[in-house]
Amino acid sequence: MEEQAVQEKKYAVQDYKSDLHNDWCPGCGDFGILTALQNALANLGLAPHQVAVVSGVGCSGKTPHYLNTYGFHTLHGRVLPMATGIKLANREITLVAVGGDGDGYGIGGGQFVAGGRRNLDFTYIIYNNDVYALTKGQASPTVARGKKTKSMPEPSILEPIHPVALALSSGYTFVARGYALDVKHLTGLIQRGIEHRGSALIDVYQTCPTYNDLHSRAWYAGKDRGGKSRIRYLDQMQYDPVVKNPEDAREVAQKKLQALEKAWSADEEVTLGVYYQIRLPTLEENLAQKMPALQDAPLAEQRLWERDIAPLFEELT
Amino acid sequence: MSVKNHKDFFSWVIGGPQGSGINLSAELFAKALSRAGLKVFANIEYHSNIKGKHSDYRLTIGQTQPRSHDDPIDFLVALDEETLCGDLYHQYPTHRGLSGWVVEGGGILYDSAIGNMEDRVEKRNIHLFPMPYLDVLEEALRELGKVNQAQAYKIMKNVVAFGASAGAVDFDFSFLEEVIRGGFPERKKHLADMNVVAARKGYEYARREFAKTLNRKFHPLPKEKRQRQMVISGTQAVAIAKLRAGCALQTYYPISPATDESAYLEKHQRSYPLVIVQTEDEVSAVDMASAAALGGVRASTSTSGPGFALMPEGIGFASITEAGGPVLCLYQRSGPSTGIPTRTEQADLRFALHAGQGDFPKLVLAAGDIQECFEMTFEAFNWADRYQMPVLLLFDKHLASQMVTLPPFPVHGLRVDRGRWFDPSRKNGPYLRYALTEDGISPRSRPGLAGGQFWATSDEHNETGHISEGVANRIAMMAKRMGKEPKALSEIAVKYQYELWGPESAEWTWVFWGSSKGVLQDAAGLVSKKVRLLQIKLLHPFPREAVRKILSRSKKTICFDQNYSSQLAGLVREKTGLSMDSHVVKYDGRPISRSEVLAAQAAAQRGTERIVVSEGRVRREEEGIREVRDLVRLRENSRRMQPTPVPIPPGYNQ
Repeated sequence: MEEQAVQEKKYAVQDYKSDLHNDWCPGCGDFGILTALQNALANLGLAPHQVAVVSGVGCSGKTPHYLNTYGFHTLHGRVLPMATGIKLANREITLVAVGGDGDGYGIGGGQFVAGGRRNLDFTYIIYNNDVYALTKGQASPTVARGKKTKSMPEPSILEPIHPVALALSSGYTFVARGYALDVKHLTGLIQRGIEHRGSALIDVYQTCPTYNDLHSRAWYAGKDRGGKSRIRYLDQMQYDPVVKNPEDAREVAQKKLQALEKAWSADEEVTLGVYYQIRLPTLEENLAQKMPALQDAPLAEQRLWERDIAPLFEELT
Repeated sequence: MSVKNHKDFFSWVIGGPQGSGINLSAELFAKALSRAGLKVFANIEYHSNIKGKHSDYRLTIGQTQPRSHDDPIDFLVALDEETLCGDLYHQYPTHRGLSGWVVEGGGILYDSAIGNMEDRVEKRNIHLFPMPYLDVLEEALRELGKVNQAQAYKIMKNVVAFGASAGAVDFDFSFLEEVIRGGFPERKKHLADMNVVAARKGYEYARREFAKTLNRKFHPLPKEKRQRQMVISGTQAVAIAKLRAGCALQTYYPISPATDESAYLEKHQRSYPLVIVQTEDEVSAVDMASAAALGGVRASTSTSGPGFALMPEGIGFASITEAGGPVLCLYQRSGPSTGIPTRTEQADLRFALHAGQGDFPKLVLAAGDIQECFEMTFEAFNWADRYQMPVLLLFDKHLASQMVTLPPFPVHGLRVDRGRWFDPSRKNGPYLRYALTEDGISPRSRPGLAGGQFWATSDEHNETGHISEGVANRIAMMAKRMGKEPKALSEIAVKYQYELWGPESAEWTWVFWGSSKGVLQDAAGLVSKKVRLLQIKLLHPFPREAVRKILSRSKKTICFDQNYSSQLAGLVREKTGLSMDSHVVKYDGRPISRSEVLAAQAAAQRGTERIVVSEGRVRREEEGIREVRDLVRLRENSRRMQPTPVPIPPGYNQ
């Protein structure tokens, strides 16, 4: 009865806020993402001690400190292996990973790809602002060729990484894009990402008022084109991201192509929403199928040192 | 140190191209000898190659336990010409073959199809046992009704040769049959039958043709005297210790010679269970294991030098977050860079000690033999939990792949200590994950525990786990973390710090670490001088007081390092201020042998300071160029030779 009472406890947004003073720049898009994440956790009613937030390094890396959950602020580019280790230790934890675009698509590029392939049940939010802000605004892997933010001495001469395309080919089973300053929409996306069983990637257009003058709040709002907002929403279009039959290779291909087309088409506009979703066995499910004992209790609660190794010795005689 | 001379041991070697089955033959023979109550030490030398390059597997056999190998060979089984004469088909040959290592009175079994060896084997008084491998195999196939498939079953030449070598030393065939059959499940009984018949034909041929000429016989111990013993490798001992210690997650990226350990765990994971993740790289491997430790489970990763080179950032992270792990197994191989991937070396000591930016606590230990691999790995998880720091265990290729006969390890004395944990029922005020305590240990929590929420960060942090750049906090936190090292040093049992054998009155003290243990123990009984041995196991934090005390009461000292730059000798000098009289080094990628230890001791007695050993002797490095040229000349002056193609197994590519 007591456990039930605990489960039924309602949590408010306030329950997910830590007391720590926030040191992001005034007006930073990160605030929008943090708020959306806190809202999503509250809406889902997840107990703070059952949630772990794992980050890399950079401005976004400080996110866990501002949340009253288990918080792991790890290494630059290593969010995904860290998240995987924590989740494997306790599969009942709701795991949210956060990191910047440089962290995820640049230094952590190898980890990003492998992190999708494993299909761990987790949600990965990338704060995508085109720059390495904490080191004062160098080009990140998402800045477009020929473009230059006010913090860059020269325009970029490299082809940018396309997050949706990279995520689709890396095996993420939920691929979405949000906008840091549309907190309501982003809250919904994060909620859907957390509810999705498998690896959910949410790439968030994040404004950096200090270093990125290319993609400012005004740019998204279309101030330069007579106030015609650049933001479009997939759920206001004829667009169904969900693969109905994961066994159907043709449908899978069709849904991926549709996502790519949508992500690439509108140069002057940004399209938000869920691009692709498919239900495939998660890493935890695949492991539990091999080893049913993993379902008995989280590994962190099992007394694994009581194993009988005598048969192993016998095998060697 | 019971071994008095080389004659107590018999050295049996099988050589041939990789893919020709020498591993199977040697390991079956080792197991058969073990079942007969004999003691075996086995070690393999192989190339970084899948099929075709030369490999040789050596069994050192005795009534008492051999702990090492030696260069001379009593019985050589050659599956190809290269094993006898070297790779003289190469423009730049790399070796002269093994026939020159066969001792007087020893024997060589080879395929008579290679041709006459009488004029090609330099030594006198060596028994040559030419055997028509294919004819004998055909005989076996005739019995099996497959005589017209001799070409398809050529791969089984190794089985015939293996049987013949057992026949040549008059070993009881029933033990061979038992282990061959044991290697096949019931549904593959026909394969077992084939192998038994092939081995028996070789065995009978040898008994008929040669048994009288080789004056060495392996008599099984009487049944009542036979101990139940395993034939176990270093990687297996480490893997089993991990299972016993309750390791929940093992991560790895494939790399020689570490992979065998993870492969063993993967093979057994379903029965335990244990989660194995083959990661995208070693960066991920160390991070995932560190995070799992932070997540509250026992976790480990295994790698070799090139993989370890990717790990320092993760080790520093595990240490500053006081993760409670991981246990990191570093199987050293010949460096630098890719180096010689399948050969041994002990050249990563300095790297392991200094891997990572900043000052942070960690434990670095090295195991000397397979028993220690098991015990030290088991305890490593206790230390990781108790001191909340990464534990680095150093092994090497020689230790990883050697196999020895050993009784099953005693497990009743093994105690699990998971260290200090947050107790929600005794909560008093907010929980502080990095609480500043008297002894530097803060009670741990893990995700999922109500009231135990905490933050962990790779940044310097305060007691809550939030970032702090404050001066007072920095001093307190550094002192807290670094103070765990002297605490560990004062608590870790002495037997895991160092070990000393022999009397203080000994004229010579041999100082060493890691896999040199067995060979030094065996060799110590063979020298005329009185010797004592000091093995250093705990390399960081260094047991400086104890080592200084021992060395300052030693007469003459020699330090044995299987690397170029005498890394242990340098460390001892740094920590104790004491220098060794002689430094023995070996960096040719092969493990140090008994002959090399004896040669080194003789050189030290002559007052040589830096002693390089290789190929059974003290080697003059300045002659290296000439020796390379000599090999090229040898090829030019020798009979033309072709590499032996590796037979393709039946059904291959079909």
